[in-house]
Amino acid sequence: MSKRVGTQTVAFYNPPYVKSYAAIAGPKEAEGPMASCFDALIDDEYLGQDSFEAAESMLLKNTIELAFKKANINTQDSNYIISGDLLNQCVSSAYCIRDLSAPYIGIYGACSTMAEGLMLSAMLVDGEFADVCANATSSHFCCAERQYRFPLEYGSLRTPTSQWTVTGSGCVILTRDQNIIKVTHATAGKIIDMGIKDANNMGSAMAPAFADTLAAHFKDTGRQPSDYDLILSGDLGKLGKELAIELLKKEGYDISGNYNDCGVMIYDLEEQDMHCGGSGCGCSAAVLCGDILKKIEDGTFNRVLFAATGALMSPEMSKQGESIPSISHAIVFEHA
Amino acid sequence: MSNVGKKEYQAMANARAKKSPLGKDCLFAFLIGGAICAIGQILLDLYKRFGLSNDIALPLVSITLVAISAILTGFKVYGKIAKYGGAGTLVPITGFANSIVSPAMEYKPEGWILGVGVKMFSIAGPVLVYGGLTSVIAGLIYYFIKGASM
Repeated sequence: MSKRVGTQTVAFYNPPYVKSYAAIAGPKEAEGPMASCFDALIDDEYLGQDSFEAAESMLLKNTIELAFKKANINTQDSNYIISGDLLNQCVSSAYCIRDLSAPYIGIYGACSTMAEGLMLSAMLVDGEFADVCANATSSHFCCAERQYRFPLEYGSLRTPTSQWTVTGSGCVILTRDQNIIKVTHATAGKIIDMGIKDANNMGSAMAPAFADTLAAHFKDTGRQPSDYDLILSGDLGKLGKELAIELLKKEGYDISGNYNDCGVMIYDLEEQDMHCGGSGCGCSAAVLCGDILKKIEDGTFNRVLFAATGALMSPEMSKQGESIPSISHAIVFEHA
Repeated sequence: MSNVGKKEYQAMANARAKKSPLGKDCLFAFLIGGAICAIGQILLDLYKRFGLSNDIALPLVSITLVAISAILTGFKVYGKIAKYGGAGTLVPITGFANSIVSPAMEYKPEGWILGVGVKMFSIAGPVLVYGGLTSVIAGLIYYFIKGASM
């Protein structure tokens, strides 16, 4: 029996269940409205390491280990750990998973990594290629700044459309054992590029990718936005969120009633002077694993559509005058 | 997106994007940049009062401002001022110092040669390259104008 639904969506007939999840966030996130949701908060941006890259890797490792501890599974017993991050060559993932003695699949989807990983691990579990599959991602403000922008202490103004890279990490472990939260569908996104070139306006660049994936998801499944208790985008920020609502309205879907964005939720935009909000792989991962999955578990939400969004540019391509190719993958979680 | 064209979307995104508050940014740049220049003037008067000649006092003012900026960058203060100062903190010589000290701090983990040494001028580089080029062109123009008048 084919598990394909429509053109871009798959339905899981042996639905993978969420065994455990964990989220750790940084100092700026600790000042935000979601501080109490995370399993742990770090106050030292270096996490006792010598560099920010090593710190991000440690942050990711701590999160993965915490998720395994909660699941009561040894990392060695995981069939796969799927992980990716923003740093060149995905070093945060590779350098921490080298210590975990589990088969590793490295992926790059920029800030859409959490959804991309979930889609792949759900397929592995549903297809009986894995009994236990972890997927994780992280981002660190200080690493992202030096890779994509300027040194931290360089005096520059942030534009009103800019977003703040979340220092945070999330890990979800999927297994075949029946549990409270199941993954029922995944919609793989196409790369959408509407010609936005400003790397300080990623919300505008990514909103069309999110809208495109959602429109495909609704068309494939025959569902409406109202079939979900919550529709969640990854890090479109304030501007991208408004644009996403408008774009989907033009496609005939009104998501304004039950839609939110992790980048808008994680900070108090005015109070913390966060301009358009949070971004980074860790943004959607930490919000999903810190807050949303808990709320599906306790029944606050019955069905959630989670679509993390990624801007697939590099500083070099931006300098060469290229626009920003963007992507979004959508995952459906249900209270079983 | 099937229903919206690229041009149409760009216009839509542009219309919704909050613009930089130009008036406020200019005012802060004027006030903070002006304050830095005023400090320079105070230093110059001070050095002259101590009996230094104009020729020595002038470079000493630049050196002092660079030192202050470097120290403030090191203590993570300059970036906070720049958040409000914008071009007012970027354009004066203090901004130049900040653009060299900040990468020097940032790239220490990569080592003194491949980190600090390589990256130190990554932001100031263009200023040096095109500043040097401009001075050569200006020098040539000066030479020919002066040559013609002789």
